[in-house]
Amino acid sequence: MTNQALAQYANLAVYSAMAVFTIAMIAFALDLAGTVPRLPVAAPETQKEPALVGADSSAEAPAHPVPTDDPDRPRRRKAAGIAMMLTRLGGLLLIAAAAMRGLSVHRPPLGNMFEFALVGCMFVVVVFVAISLRRDVRWLGLFVVGPVLLTLGLAITVFYTDASELLPSLKSVWLVIHVTVATFAVALFTIAFSVTILHLVKTWLEAQAANDPLVMSRVRTIVNTALPPARSLDRTAYGIHAVAFPLWTFTLIAGAIWAEQAWGHYWNWDPKEVWTFVIWVVYAAYLHARATTGWSPRAANCLALAGYGAILVNYMVVNVFFVGQHSYSGM
Amino acid sequence: MTQSRMDTRPDESDVTLPPLGPVGVLRWAWRQLTSMRTALFLLLLLAIGAVPGSIWPQRNIDAGRVADYLTSHSVTGPWLDRLGFFDVYSSPWFAAIYLLLFVSLVGCVVPRSKIHWRAMRAQPPAAPLRLERLPEHGQIEVDGTPEEVLQIAREVLAGRQFPVGRSVVRRSPGRRYRLRSEGLSLSAESGYLRETGNLVFHTALIVVIVAIAVGHLFGWRGDRILVTGKSFSNTISAYDTFDPGPWVNTEALSPFIVAVDKLDVTFEEHSVGAQRGAPRDFTAYTRTQTSPGAPAIHQILKVNGPLTFGGTSVFLLGNGYAPVITVRDAAGQVLMHEATPFLPQDANYKSVGAVKVSAASPKQLGFFGFFLPSEYLDKAAGPSSFFPDLKNPALALGVYEGELYPQGRPQSVYTLSTEKMTQLKNARGEPLRLLLKPGQTIALPGGRGSITFDAVQRWAGLSIRYDPGKLLALIGAVAALAGLIASLMIRRRRVFVRVQPMGRRTVVSIGGLAKGEDPGLAATIEDLLSVIAQRSSTSGSSTTGSSTTGSSTSGSSTTGSSTKGSGTTV
Repeated sequence: MTNQALAQYANLAVYSAMAVFTIAMIAFALDLAGTVPRLPVAAPETQKEPALVGADSSAEAPAHPVPTDDPDRPRRRKAAGIAMMLTRLGGLLLIAAAAMRGLSVHRPPLGNMFEFALVGCMFVVVVFVAISLRRDVRWLGLFVVGPVLLTLGLAITVFYTDASELLPSLKSVWLVIHVTVATFAVALFTIAFSVTILHLVKTWLEAQAANDPLVMSRVRTIVNTALPPARSLDRTAYGIHAVAFPLWTFTLIAGAIWAEQAWGHYWNWDPKEVWTFVIWVVYAAYLHARATTGWSPRAANCLALAGYGAILVNYMVVNVFFVGQHSYSGM
Repeated sequence: MTQSRMDTRPDESDVTLPPLGPVGVLRWAWRQLTSMRTALFLLLLLAIGAVPGSIWPQRNIDAGRVADYLTSHSVTGPWLDRLGFFDVYSSPWFAAIYLLLFVSLVGCVVPRSKIHWRAMRAQPPAAPLRLERLPEHGQIEVDGTPEEVLQIAREVLAGRQFPVGRSVVRRSPGRRYRLRSEGLSLSAESGYLRETGNLVFHTALIVVIVAIAVGHLFGWRGDRILVTGKSFSNTISAYDTFDPGPWVNTEALSPFIVAVDKLDVTFEEHSVGAQRGAPRDFTAYTRTQTSPGAPAIHQILKVNGPLTFGGTSVFLLGNGYAPVITVRDAAGQVLMHEATPFLPQDANYKSVGAVKVSAASPKQLGFFGFFLPSEYLDKAAGPSSFFPDLKNPALALGVYEGELYPQGRPQSVYTLSTEKMTQLKNARGEPLRLLLKPGQTIALPGGRGSITFDAVQRWAGLSIRYDPGKLLALIGAVAALAGLIASLMIRRRRVFVRVQPMGRRTVVSIGGLAKGEDPGLAATIEDLLSVIAQRSSTSGSSTTGSSTTGSSTSGSSTTGSSTKGSGTTV
């Protein structure tokens, strides 16, 4: 029996989390905008003679902030601190929402698209907060909270499904094993996707600077001071992908074992299986491209983006539009 | 060699390249095929090639939808069919991609295994002269003789743990280096398991592919609709459909017997909206025998809980209704009495089926129509069902007479072949439609007898499968995962230590080199430096020494965090 009141509380928690994340997102954005150092005292001159200062500021090495009036004192990033606290609060609200949703139906909340989205967002925030405990990733906050907010909005409106019991074929321990790991892997791929995009933007801006130092010098200053160096971004993205890929491999294997138990064949080219395989192959190609000297990191990173595109297709298109045995969208 | 012989010919043109000859062409093709570039290209091609199978219906999954697609797309359909878009995963072009990838995989794994085998048994290379040129490096000056310092370095790299300050150095737990000492230098290498994992991963993928092939060649699957109260034995003739692999001995199937006594089905009653009527539980109560003489065992068969007989598994994949129908002739003689399975067409189990009375005379009788578990009359669609469970069961049938099996051709048991039959009409000249409730009997017009709807039974849709390759596939997949984790998480690195006596003190230089990204390398060198600094200073006597080492340790830590080649030397 489903406890509809508890399910309503779960939805309330989701709305609260969305409100919290909205404020966090604004705070993260303000922080990034504020990372740009106040212009030196000679500010009026910069407008008169942009060529000179532009050439100056374009010569900077990545992650070397343009000197401010007080370069030694680290900037107090108050907005980022508030945003991080709010992100943790939002994460707790999402955990509560997932727990109440699960309790309301007496099963893991992994039965339909709304629940996948909810748990996926929860994992994204939890992973982000976990990373933030060990490293300074305040620069990434906006690009994690933003997608989470978007997904939650879609989940509670478009994907929303009433709390109810599961189809017989889903009643298995493999639901917990297979879907939890899949959702967790997708959460990691999502964060890696954000970092990869930032890396591409940063390298693109650097290339622009090499062509014409004057182009978007202001934007470049913001990006250069707000984000870590391109090399470090690239390394972070690769590291997260390298963790997510084995998890996705595990998802594939666990799914095959479950399919063997439920349907009698471990692989039958069901649309969901096809796309899980496509994602695996694309990310495998990404890892190979990284290991090959002939490929530039840029091209390899484009493969990673393609892989994430396949994840989006797998979640949003396959569940809803393709006919197959994984039609559990509940929509 | 062929080339050089060609080159000596005086009349060879100076612009055209010398021909490779058949061996050369083959070698060239092999190199191309086994290159990483080609492997990547084939991988991406495999990903793209797999996609059409998820967009268009596939014959091996749902042949009915393929037929529907072909009739509704009369122009594009046949072309797509010719290109294999309805059998993507058995089409020649898809096979070409994965076979080439398979060859490429083998061509990559075999030579790399040989190289790795040699590398595993070789000694680390000698330390380079200028360690400060390596990507990560540091230098300190300590008390103690060069031999003592080298001994400490050797012990640390061999895996011994030393306390540093208050905490024990634990940044690379369990990591052991292979060592090579040469004069005043030490070379260490570790992380061989990275390449081992890489090779295990790729070899295991080959195992998985072989396992899939074994399953296709020696495996089989069959489907059977079994009405409750009946049993079936595992022989080809008992199956509704049977699909054996090419090398299956169909005479030697394991002779088990399955009887379904009862089938419990639950649907969602409490929810409203899309979830209403969704299936919630299917449970079949079975009696099984491993062979005809063996004792019967009561077993429960559920959707996620198949029955197993050796390597053969019985899955519960479908269910439906089988109305029990009796047809009598004008004299009241029973012509037919049996539970007839009807096939569900929608989520509310509106089911279609046919009743064939071949014993009727002078003309054979056929009934064709719907079974409705919860009948209501829809204005547009006619008799329909509003719920999948039995809330208002009814049979809606049309009646035909004539020849049931023209020319004895095989036909589906769920449809009537009406080409040699005519439909009975009612008094007003409209097609006769019967609507029967359980227990009801309706007399057929013109003294043709009567039809009775006695009761409703359920049927279980059983799918029986045998796949001898599945265990091997599982082993291969798990090995692949283990190898993958090893190859992604373990880092291959080399650490070199060089010592130089300087009066009573010793200058220690340490350099590190990693294959690919290795964020732990800098920390390793830093740890090694701090252990050497501490051990040497505790064994020595000078207090100034320890203060020097303290500052130099922090110096080497800046080395670790700085970018390539810009490390500071103390």
